[in-house]
Amino acid sequence: MCTTCGCGSGEVQIEGHDHHHHGGRQDIHYGTGPAHAHAPGLSQSRMVEIEKSILGKNDEYAQENRRYFTDNGILTLNLVSSPGSGKTTLLTRTINDLKENLSLSVIEGDQQTTHDAERIRETGVSAVQINTGKGCHLDAHMVGHAMENLSPEKGSVLFVENVGNLVCPAAFDLGEAHKVVILSVTEGEDKPLKYPDMFFAADIMLLNKIDLLPYLEFEVAKCIEYARRVNPDIQVLQVSATSGEGLEDWYEWIKTTRQTRLIGRSDILSKENNLQKLVSV
Amino acid sequence: MHEMSLCEGILQVIEAEAQKQQFTEVKQVVLDIGVLSGVEISALEFAFEVVMYGSVAEKAILKINEIEAQAWCMSCAETVMINQRYDACPNCESYQLQVSSGDEMKIKELEVN
Repeated sequence: MCTTCGCGSGEVQIEGHDHHHHGGRQDIHYGTGPAHAHAPGLSQSRMVEIEKSILGKNDEYAQENRRYFTDNGILTLNLVSSPGSGKTTLLTRTINDLKENLSLSVIEGDQQTTHDAERIRETGVSAVQINTGKGCHLDAHMVGHAMENLSPEKGSVLFVENVGNLVCPAAFDLGEAHKVVILSVTEGEDKPLKYPDMFFAADIMLLNKIDLLPYLEFEVAKCIEYARRVNPDIQVLQVSATSGEGLEDWYEWIKTTRQTRLIGRSDILSKENNLQKLVSV
Repeated sequence: MHEMSLCEGILQVIEAEAQKQQFTEVKQVVLDIGVLSGVEISALEFAFEVVMYGSVAEKAILKINEIEAQAWCMSCAETVMINQRYDACPNCESYQLQVSSGDEMKIKELEVN
């Protein structure tokens, strides 16, 4: 499994992206040419200062993605959670409620199957599925490739639904504006302490399935306290994708965050204002 | 976590450096790994051997410097040592801590031929 380029292992599949070529590893042959010949006894071992981040390559791809998102005024949200937290249900509901007013698109990450992307496409919004094969997370390189097939509109909102995993996706920057961690109340209130890296990396936590609270022993205040122990800045919204409770807050957060990032972007905003005028006429 | 892919990342950096700095054998790889980085050292050591097989770093010895975690306590206005992200300040028990080190994951240096 390769961190920054899924292509090498043959495990990663991006819908609509059949193949591509890399000049990377396979082109480097050490010691084959005369200039690279290693003469025993002649060279002395030396120390080479590297000081490079292990995830440096991923971070470079992430920066490229981020530049693209910023240039095009796209708000990218990286949705992370454990499997079964209700991410896809929350996402489809969000899309159905917002698609009239906002341009939306989705990148779906799963180990296998295109089920989730199909669920998203049923809402009429474009979606690309990335299957990571044996991989436990999406990386910035995969997202970059998915963008080639998706080409989201300027000023739109892009949701990236990461692989259901509360561990690995925390370390991989995709170039997103915010990580949104979704925790369902069926999971136990101490998840933020058990998986602190994810709650530290996220800017906002959605506490999902709150319609089930009457049937569970789940202390909401305790859960929020645990999350803030790990990350004092984390914002918390309580929602239910099934009953719709609290979703208005979530939508407001998306709209406000998008709007804030578009301040000063008259190229995108003026177009929208013109469109709105047309609609009201 | 994902120690296998981290090792793939290490190998990519080594191979790029091998080309740039003209070396053909890596004898030692020195990493800085923070205690908050989420890296399981024993899993990393295992994966390292597997991933480096057949590369310039096939025979390399892996040396890991474990970096302790420090945080700035807002209440004490002092730097304190912590072991986990959710730890309270050892002096005042406040959770208003800003982690300042301990999440490192980097290749410090290579000993090469």
